Amino acid sequence: MSEVQNFKVTIDNITVEVAPGTTILNAARAIGGEVAPPAMCYYSKLKDSGGKCRTCLVEVSKGSEKDPRPMPKLVASCRTTVMDGMEVKNITSEKVLDARKGIVEMLLINHPLDCPVCDQAGECDLQNLSYEHGSEKTRYEFKRRTFEKEDIGPYIQLHMTRCIMCFRCVYTADQLTDKREHGILDRGDHAQISTLLGKSLDHDFIGNVIDVCPVGALTDKTFRFKNRVWFAKPVDAHRDCPTCKGKVRLWMRGEEVFRVTARKDEWGEVEDFICNDCRFHKKETKDWVIEGPSVVDRRSVIAQGHYQGKVGMVKEQPRLIDQVIGKAPKLLMDIHSISDVNRPDVDLSQIEGPAHSDDFE
Amino acid sequence: MKLLLQNAHIEGIRFYDAYRKNGGYQSVEKAFKMSTDAIVEEVKKSGLRGRGGAGFPTGMKWSFLAKPEGVPRHLVCNADESEPGTFKDRYLMEFLPHLLIEGLIVSSYALGSNATYIYIRGEYAWITDILEQAIAEAKQNGWLGKNILGSGFDCEIYVHRGAGAYICGEETALIESLEGKRGNPRLKPPFPAIQGVWMRPTVVNNVETLAAIVPIINMGGEEYAKIGVGRSTGTKLLSVCGNVNKPGVYEIDMTISVEEFIYSDKYCGGIPNGKRLKACIPGGSSVPIVPANLLFKTAKGETRMMNYESLSDGGFATGTMMGSGGFIVLDEDQCVVRHTMTLARFYNHESCGQCSPCREGTGWMYKILKNIENGQGKLSDIDLLWDIQRRIEGNTICPLGDAAAWPVAAAIRHFRDEFEWHVLNPEESQRRNYGIAHYADPLPMVGAV
Amino acid sequence: MSIKFSQEQLNKVQEVIARYPEGKQKSALIPLLHMAQDTFGGWLDAPVMDYVAELLHILPIEVYEVATFYSMFNTKPVGKHLLEVCRTGPCMLNGSDEIIDYIKSKLGINEGETTPDGLFTLKPVECLGACGYAPMMQLGKNFREHLTKEKVDALISELTAKAGN
Ligand SMILES: Cc1cc2nc3c(=O)[nH]c(=O)nc-3n(C[C@H](O)[C@H](O)[C@H](O)COP(=O)(O)O)c2cc1C
Ligand code: SF4
Ligand code: SF4
Ligand code: FES
Ligand code: FES
Repeated sequence: MSEVQNFKVTIDNITVEVAPGTTILNAARAIGGEVAPPAMCYYSKLKDSGGKCRTCLVEVSKGSEKDPRPMPKLVASCRTTVMDGMEVKNITSEKVLDARKGIVEMLLINHPLDCPVCDQAGECDLQNLSYEHGSEKTRYEFKRRTFEKEDIGPYIQLHMTRCIMCFRCVYTADQLTDKREHGILDRGDHAQISTLLGKSLDHDFIGNVIDVCPVGALTDKTFRFKNRVWFAKPVDAHRDCPTCKGKVRLWMRGEEVFRVTARKDEWGEVEDFICNDCRFHKKETKDWVIEGPSVVDRRSVIAQGHYQGKVGMVKEQPRLIDQVIGKAPKLLMDIHSISDVNRPDVDLSQIEGPAHSDDFE
Repeated sequence: MKLLLQNAHIEGIRFYDAYRKNGGYQSVEKAFKMSTDAIVEEVKKSGLRGRGGAGFPTGMKWSFLAKPEGVPRHLVCNADESEPGTFKDRYLMEFLPHLLIEGLIVSSYALGSNATYIYIRGEYAWITDILEQAIAEAKQNGWLGKNILGSGFDCEIYVHRGAGAYICGEETALIESLEGKRGNPRLKPPFPAIQGVWMRPTVVNNVETLAAIVPIINMGGEEYAKIGVGRSTGTKLLSVCGNVNKPGVYEIDMTISVEEFIYSDKYCGGIPNGKRLKACIPGGSSVPIVPANLLFKTAKGETRMMNYESLSDGGFATGTMMGSGGFIVLDEDQCVVRHTMTLARFYNHESCGQCSPCREGTGWMYKILKNIENGQGKLSDIDLLWDIQRRIEGNTICPLGDAAAWPVAAAIRHFRDEFEWHVLNPEESQRRNYGIAHYADPLPMVGAV
Repeated sequence: MSIKFSQEQLNKVQEVIARYPEGKQKSALIPLLHMAQDTFGGWLDAPVMDYVAELLHILPIEVYEVATFYSMFNTKPVGKHLLEVCRTGPCMLNGSDEIIDYIKSKLGINEGETTPDGLFTLKPVECLGACGYAPMMQLGKNFREHLTKEKVDALISELTAKAGN
């Protein structure tokens, strides 16, 4: 078994040993913290995913012990495997940071500025990314591409305008169900996720497309009080489910279950895919055995509000509010200071409605 | 010197009888007496470089092909030809279909491909018919099918017609398309030589590359290598378009100068209507545009020749590339901004949409260029364009991103004054052209050479 | 129109499928879509695509994904004659913009539109590999090259006259 010699790889001057065949991204995740490049399309649980968004590009300054030549171009760390003696630069490379900034800008030029009213606000990978790597102001002066909102079935809403074409939901349907019904239609900057005919997605595990979607393009229609994830507290819970493992995360306020999702690890990936029954139909506390508060991803904006960073992090993250002030990023709102939704002393029924983009002009 | 188009003018050469009578299919007879390794060796010796655009040595590519026991291998001919300015493969297939078939049989034999596919762009619908007819003729005459010429080698050639997508010229997108999928390029590795179509080892070569195998086998690799200069061996087809007196397809042996190529009556025949030359894109739309003054002489002051090395002399700063051989000529009355805009629109239209810099960046560049062209641009737009192309280049899955970035970069690099003039004179620029300005000096006299 | 290939076409379908290794019949998708588009009215309606999916034993979405990717497949109805005029750089250098404008004003339609009689659709397209013979258009299976206004006039009268009979 342990005959296989591990490879030594150095990323941002930190060396780890990993098994041959490991990708640079996963080696970096083994180190953890900021050394791990952001990944918007790669998903370790989905075969063939990755390589598309290009946010995880890194510089290989030394190919391997045997062939020390640097790689001529930046490479997608999620799809490039390590070699023994390889040296990689992520945040220590100016070139990487510049390219990443460019890519974040590209991802945002056609992305709506509706974070404040987006269901994903607070748990959107793109929002986190833009705030870590983006610039404050967009240089895009054209009309953004828009699509109509669409219900794809009774439980899932598709808000294509927000999609970043990561292909994760397509791989999910391919790999978790036997009959994929949605896919990528058209090409280039017109490409879109669709069923073509407004079909409804119907399969026991199709709800997982919601969890894998890095942005708010696929959302849970049964989620009560959408876009107020800010003040729902995540707790881990389980039940004896005949279809899936039944290990979930409940998003609660007081005794109310607002929504059910899979549990996500620190990289924002689900630990176990869950079935539609658990996700969409078990909305009572009595349906579940509650284990306790969830530990939330260190990258998440929510983490700033509720939790301290995980132990062993490379660097303490400053509080969101401290970062936002002075930067005035158009895309990021500090919903904490603007909307009453985050004040637990205010009763929900008294809040006039979610914050609106106009509030941030 | 002509090797490929030598017989193109012969009456009926499109059909088997005339083709055979004029020495056709001799290379197959010769090749079947050789070992497959010996054929690969001849191709290596010939110095032949891929004619599809990248110029990768063909013999080396062939020797990379994996040969695992019991797994079929495939040769795929890339006839997707969609790079603006390029229409040389069309000419070959339309007028000399048997030359391609002959090259395919020899190459299939050398590589061990029993089922070989020609992936042709969907718009060349009538050429599909021409090829299928030629294949049928070849089969009737025993050059295809089972146990060809008693060699024990079986081979079938199928024409697979695409349906309108430039990206399917990229070899991994082509492979996906051949599998009946969207033409989204694959991430490499694995390379096609290891896992190509249907995950089998695959070689993808351009039409012209495969046709060139015929003279290489007939005359021997060493003889072939004597034609041309340096690492630019053999002959190259060029398709000429834009503002020249004689657009069309020419075969050259890579020893003539660019100036001669444009002005000599044997080739382009100069610029029409007594106009002066402004700029040229010598290798298909994705290679850098160069102004006249850098076209005929390199930055070092040497005469620029029509070959791989000389055209790229000076790198992107002052040189360009041989590319696919799509030779586009712009006369003094052409607008570089508008031309660049159409190319940006092309790449925007052809991006597969898989990776973010290309999907979003190509559209962004096109929109900015459209604004500038329509007199609605700002000076800062020019720097923005530069910045966008810089961040696309090298950061995408496939080279289409680079191909979209380079024309914009080169146009700004050499013609920045014209872009600025467009911005600063929004109304005038709608009425008249910027003209030729300083970068055309020194201009050759019309009719020189 | 009932969506079914003739027996002769079905034989052709089998012949096309046989070009690819066993189990790789999906490779026949693009050739079959060409056949289907030519047979069923010049465009690919959803039931037509479903029919092709059925013939190849693949999922309908796999067909939709492919049909919408390639520019030659029309997923919306088009006129009887699709005038596809190239407008990329090399054609532009030789006056393709004027040809497109001329067709627009002659037929009274804009890019992407169809004449009220359903006869003509104008579709500007990108480089078709005829750059040396510019300006040009694709009409059905063939290219019309070295276009001039006069040639456009002649072409349109010819096609209109044919439709009148
Ligand atoms: C966007 C793109 C389009 C391409 N189009 C073509 C093409 O139309 N024809 C072609 O032969 N090669 C094309 N190529 C190059 C092919 O990927 C590949 O290098 C070539 O077919 C290899 O053949 P060769 O070695 O004989 O040149 C294209 C490459 C890219 C990136
Ligand atoms: S909908 Fe979401 S998961 Fe699907 S491709 Fe778009 S961003 Fe990715
Ligand atoms: S560079 Fe463009 S064409 Fe190539 S894979 Fe990326 S999006 Fe597709
Ligand atoms: S995560 Fe690697 S390219 Fe998207
Ligand atoms: S540019 Fe029009 S055919 Fe090539």
